[in-house]
Amino acid sequence: MKITIERGALLKSLNHVQSVVERRNTIPILSNVLMRAGQGQLSLTATDLDIEVVEATTADIGQEGGTTASAHTLYDIVRKLPDGAQVEITDGEDGKLTLQAGRSRFALQALPQEDFPAMSAGDLPHRFEMPAEALGRLIDKTRFAISTEETRYYLNGIYLHMVEDGAPMLRAVATDGHRLAQADFPLPDGAAGMPGVIVPRKTVLELQKLVEEEEGIVRIGVSDTKIRFEFGGVVLTSKLIDGTFPDYTRVIPEGNDKDMEVDGKKFAEAVDRVSTISTERSRAVKLNMEEGRLILTVTNPDSGSATEELGVAYSSDALEIGFNARYLLDIAGQLDGDKAVFSLADSGSPTVIRDVDDESALYVLMPMRV
Amino acid sequence: MARPTHGYCRDCLEPVPKDKNRCPACRRPRVLHHPELHELSIAHLDCDAFYAAVEKRDNPDLKDKPVIIGGGKRGVVSTACYIARIRGVGSAMPMFKALKACPDAVVVKPNMEKYAKAGGEVRALMRELTPLVEPLSIDEAFMDLSGTERLHHAPPALTMLRLVNRIEEEIGITVSVGLSFNKFLAKVASDLNKPRGFSIIGEEEAMDFLGDKPVSIIWGVGKAFNAKLKKDGITLVRHLRQYEESALMARYGSMGRRLWQLSNCQDSRRIKPHGAAKSISAETTFFDDISDVEELKRKLWPLCERVAKRAKKAEIAGKTVTLKLKTASFKSRTRSQTLPNPTLLADVLYETALPLLEPEADGTPFRLMGIGMSSLTDADLADPADLLNPGATRRADAERAMDSVRAKFGEDAIKKGRGLKR
Repeated sequence: MKITIERGALLKSLNHVQSVVERRNTIPILSNVLMRAGQGQLSLTATDLDIEVVEATTADIGQEGGTTASAHTLYDIVRKLPDGAQVEITDGEDGKLTLQAGRSRFALQALPQEDFPAMSAGDLPHRFEMPAEALGRLIDKTRFAISTEETRYYLNGIYLHMVEDGAPMLRAVATDGHRLAQADFPLPDGAAGMPGVIVPRKTVLELQKLVEEEEGIVRIGVSDTKIRFEFGGVVLTSKLIDGTFPDYTRVIPEGNDKDMEVDGKKFAEAVDRVSTISTERSRAVKLNMEEGRLILTVTNPDSGSATEELGVAYSSDALEIGFNARYLLDIAGQLDGDKAVFSLADSGSPTVIRDVDDESALYVLMPMRV
Repeated sequence: MARPTHGYCRDCLEPVPKDKNRCPACRRPRVLHHPELHELSIAHLDCDAFYAAVEKRDNPDLKDKPVIIGGGKRGVVSTACYIARIRGVGSAMPMFKALKACPDAVVVKPNMEKYAKAGGEVRALMRELTPLVEPLSIDEAFMDLSGTERLHHAPPALTMLRLVNRIEEEIGITVSVGLSFNKFLAKVASDLNKPRGFSIIGEEEAMDFLGDKPVSIIWGVGKAFNAKLKKDGITLVRHLRQYEESALMARYGSMGRRLWQLSNCQDSRRIKPHGAAKSISAETTFFDDISDVEELKRKLWPLCERVAKRAKKAEIAGKTVTLKLKTASFKSRTRSQTLPNPTLLADVLYETALPLLEPEADGTPFRLMGIGMSSLTDADLADPADLLNPGATRRADAERAMDSVRAKFGEDAIKKGRGLKR
């Protein structure tokens, strides 16, 4: 194999694939990136056996072939090369890979491409397309609520499924038991009949990085065990979490009758300000609601207290409720409309939060005892 | 500036000239002299037969009788007073043996609350003198009095003498003190002339003093290690000094370094005042060994309640639950589980410990079971309500309701069925 490629193009592709590679690996080849040269393209593949990312980019192919070398080392080298450098990569007979750019020359230990594990996606019977931006939004709105609790592994991802009460929707849901986030997108053609799948956290994070830069369409293929996203020159294939997502609809309260309307942006800023003095030790933000106003309070026995008053539309009985500051901030950060509405029942029951003008996303937050 | 050379009277604390063995002021003979008396500042304070001393203080009838603290059918002696010790009763001795050696002994069941209170009072007096107090247990602690001369207008030795007298007067128990230039030797010193001792090991004499002592004097050398050293021809501390540090490390690993350092009177460990507790636990030794899982479960619940009660009182929650079992043949088994959220509820402790207990209860008879929680954090973060597990939330609410009933009507006002005997 012998290729020449511009440093910027190589860096971008390496950046996309290298983050899948785990820092510590017991199987040496999993630290490597697979490079294959052919038909005017360099294709890079990285995997952790659960996720595989393949990215193809145009390169000047001197000689076709393939090899593998340490993904993080390659990335670090290319990162440090000067902008605009032409990078020449050759695999030698001696099991070494040579990388040359300007006056720099690196010889890296290589492993044969035949040893690189291939991930077969199998048959992906459900195929549909959606704008990358819309997929990004589904992820952005729900990602923060993904659980990291290993005992409830089925919560360690975003539950992607279709709902059909009313207009058919593709829905993303994530919850850790303390908060729940839900976002909808009109069901794309071809998605009808797809199984509900749990996309693992790491896949979600990789995908989010990749679709951020993408403006076009994402092609999605789903089976019971795998999901594949294709866009630009990237193909990301991932295993799904083998488990049953709990019936989250039971968790979303319907009878909450105390509504408070507040400017979402102002609310987010106020929460951010008062929670400055909350620490690991005390995380509760207290919300006191009365006719027309909301008072936010944080009391930290170590460092002091903070209050802020906001004008709100509220006309029910006065209510005091406490929330975990970080959870409230996470949700407040998602409220981008002018008006957000909090639907409350009492100080011990879950609260529903949503943008007034945006029916496609909602959040449920469990209160803290204060 | 030349250091003063006088000593002190241990009773009236007056200075005593270097060559006098009797206090010129009060004529009593308990006089403390040492060439380095005015320089040493690391102290170890150990209460004398602590539990027994507290019992004698509270019940003067016991004063001249041999007293043993301990009890239960398979109880062991936890403390014997000095009268009982003279008759051959020792700590950790099985009770039947102790009573054979000293049939007229008065056996008192331990009252930990009382001892904890007295121990806390002793510690409070220590902390008045220096913040550098490192407790080793309820009744002993290291103190670093370096740099306190100006504060107390007295050298550390005199400060300690004052403390000893104050503890005797105000708390009514006696203590022994060791004063030296490092922790190891201070602890060795406090053991030298118990009870009511005050011993000093200075830098001048330390090497000679330690050389002829058995190696078991070194902290960390227990029965098994002692036997190993004996096999290698090492029985006295000075035998260790023939070897280089590297040779001892090559043979005994990290313990080798300790052997070399301590045998050469080097101990650079600093006195660290303890922070908050690192774990909360409760355990019980069964009357008879238990192998039945249902029986073990029944015994587990009150332990969980005890730990939870202490956690709630201290407003501390734990994230890691550890189950400890000891088999009839004294083998320990510990199993632990880390929770997604810290807890201070007995119910969560119980529900977490059950799956740890069940696989262990394979018919093995157990003599002891304990439950503990660690990775402690503030109670604020404990037991957040769970959207997906309303059952747990309900049980948590029930426990909180029970706690408020207890706070109002007493501990036994309300109980969970699983804690009751069949």
